[in-house]
Amino acid sequence: MSAPNFIQTATERRDFAAIARWIAPKSKVLDLGCGDGALLGYLRGSLDIMGYGIEKDDANVLACVKNGINVIQMDLEAGLSGFEAQSFDVVILSQTLQAVYHTEHIVQEMLRVGKEVIVTFPNFGYWKHRLAIVIGNMPVSRNLPYQWYDTPNVHMCTIHDFDDFCAGHSIHIRERLILTDGKPVNLLPNLLGSLAMYRFASTLA
Amino acid sequence: MSESSSVGVVSPKTAHFSEPLTLKSGAVLPAFDLIYENYGKLNADSSNAILVCHALSGTHHLAGKYREDDKYPGWWDNMIGPGKPLDTDRFFIIGVNNLGGCHGSTGPISTNPATNKPWGSSFPVVTVEDWVAAQARLANHLGINAFAAVMGGSLGGMQALQWTLSYPARVRHALVIAAAPNLTAQNIAFNEVARQAILTDPEFFGGDFYEHDVVPRRGLRLARMLGHITYLSDDAMGEKFGRKLKHDEVEYSFDVEFEMESYLRYQGDKFAGEFDANTYLRMTRALDYFDPALAFDGDLSAALKVAQAEFLIVSFTSDWRFSPARSREIVKALLENERRVSYAELTAQHGHDAFLMPDEHYHAVIRAYLERVG
Repeated sequence: MSAPNFIQTATERRDFAAIARWIAPKSKVLDLGCGDGALLGYLRGSLDIMGYGIEKDDANVLACVKNGINVIQMDLEAGLSGFEAQSFDVVILSQTLQAVYHTEHIVQEMLRVGKEVIVTFPNFGYWKHRLAIVIGNMPVSRNLPYQWYDTPNVHMCTIHDFDDFCAGHSIHIRERLILTDGKPVNLLPNLLGSLAMYRFASTLA
Repeated sequence: MSESSSVGVVSPKTAHFSEPLTLKSGAVLPAFDLIYENYGKLNADSSNAILVCHALSGTHHLAGKYREDDKYPGWWDNMIGPGKPLDTDRFFIIGVNNLGGCHGSTGPISTNPATNKPWGSSFPVVTVEDWVAAQARLANHLGINAFAAVMGGSLGGMQALQWTLSYPARVRHALVIAAAPNLTAQNIAFNEVARQAILTDPEFFGGDFYEHDVVPRRGLRLARMLGHITYLSDDAMGEKFGRKLKHDEVEYSFDVEFEMESYLRYQGDKFAGEFDANTYLRMTRALDYFDPALAFDGDLSAALKVAQAEFLIVSFTSDWRFSPARSREIVKALLENERRVSYAELTAQHGHDAFLMPDEHYHAVIRAYLERVG
């Protein structure tokens, strides 16, 4: 059996490690929009989880199969109707929130299927992004690597926006962690943080 | 690559089993033969064997040719061979003609030793479970305790799934392609029309046509024509044939006017000339009866609880006979049992037949999965 073939930066590993701290060993984990399965591979290696990914893109599905990651090919936008309520310990949406169309529905579905939910997204309010706009360009950064014309991102938000979203949808935030270059940010997080991580408990649990 | 990587010239073998086999129906086969082929080498600890199960009209002849000048190789030659997704340099691959078949395994055309006449109508109705039980005897015969993988498309996929239920400890991986956990009413309906075509053919003689020296050709032909319509998608048919005419102008007759008709008649005639009507009836019945959830009040998740294998489930978007939704039912049941499973829903326009096509991404997925099968 060949070893998984993930290309990871040090920052990515620190982001993954931060997610891993919110997950109990041997949990049953569902990663929505799992890409090539790098996060699930990390969690399997560090926590011995039983992980499954959902992915719609052919090339990513193939990469998951190559990497020995359990992957289910389907379009998230259709919801999680094939999944029973509370059937996963943790459902993760890692840096995919900004690329989904039916944001409210997907967050509700995650809270239905998972006992716990972890959402991470690039903070559009990060100072480098604000600076780019002040200068007059759409932001391009490590967490937002796309040009305006080829981006899959359709629903960018700031940390403030997402806090408001949670309050407005009666979603109880259990923990919030803001990172820049994989390190926690406590001062002015909506300005100085590049990656936002949220942990919720399901309303059904 | 696909041209240069053939398993070459192959020949089938026959294994005889003299211990009686009690079938799901309660009928007992006192003894039986299975004809099979194998490619590649069985390793020292017999851990690299893959069983490939065939579908409705398939055979044990998976790959290679019997003679250099054969017009066509085995039915899954694009998938099996040195360097191919089912790599014969790594795996020992077995194809077997199922019980009740008409290509060399004991079936309705075989001689019943009790009467010295062909079994014909008296050959018992066989099920997917019976096939798997017979295949397990072959595995014993070959010294294979557990398969690295059992794999198949359509009815073959149902057998792969059944293996994980009948012999959970003997299957490490199951590749279930273009299959379903049972047939829909519409699918049973298609099978019934096909069977009626055969059963009502005056030359069927209740299944004992052999002694009349005739073949219920018309029935078989109609059954196959109907089958072919359902194996293709509307789009694939449109692209391949459209409304193309056979001749320059219409002739205002009931002879072949459209290319579509020409194709169906050709396929029907070819099939009627080489397939046994009694086998066809039994193969379609095996499809109809397959329903592992039945004994669990329709709860597929409960039915799959015993499975220990890891799974790859594959479906094709344009397959309306075994639609992706049916494969997703299997995936859901496996997830509920926390089995290791991956599911690829492949974009394809060829309908149910897509599982036989040499699509690059499809083959890449199978190859990638099998690369991790040690």
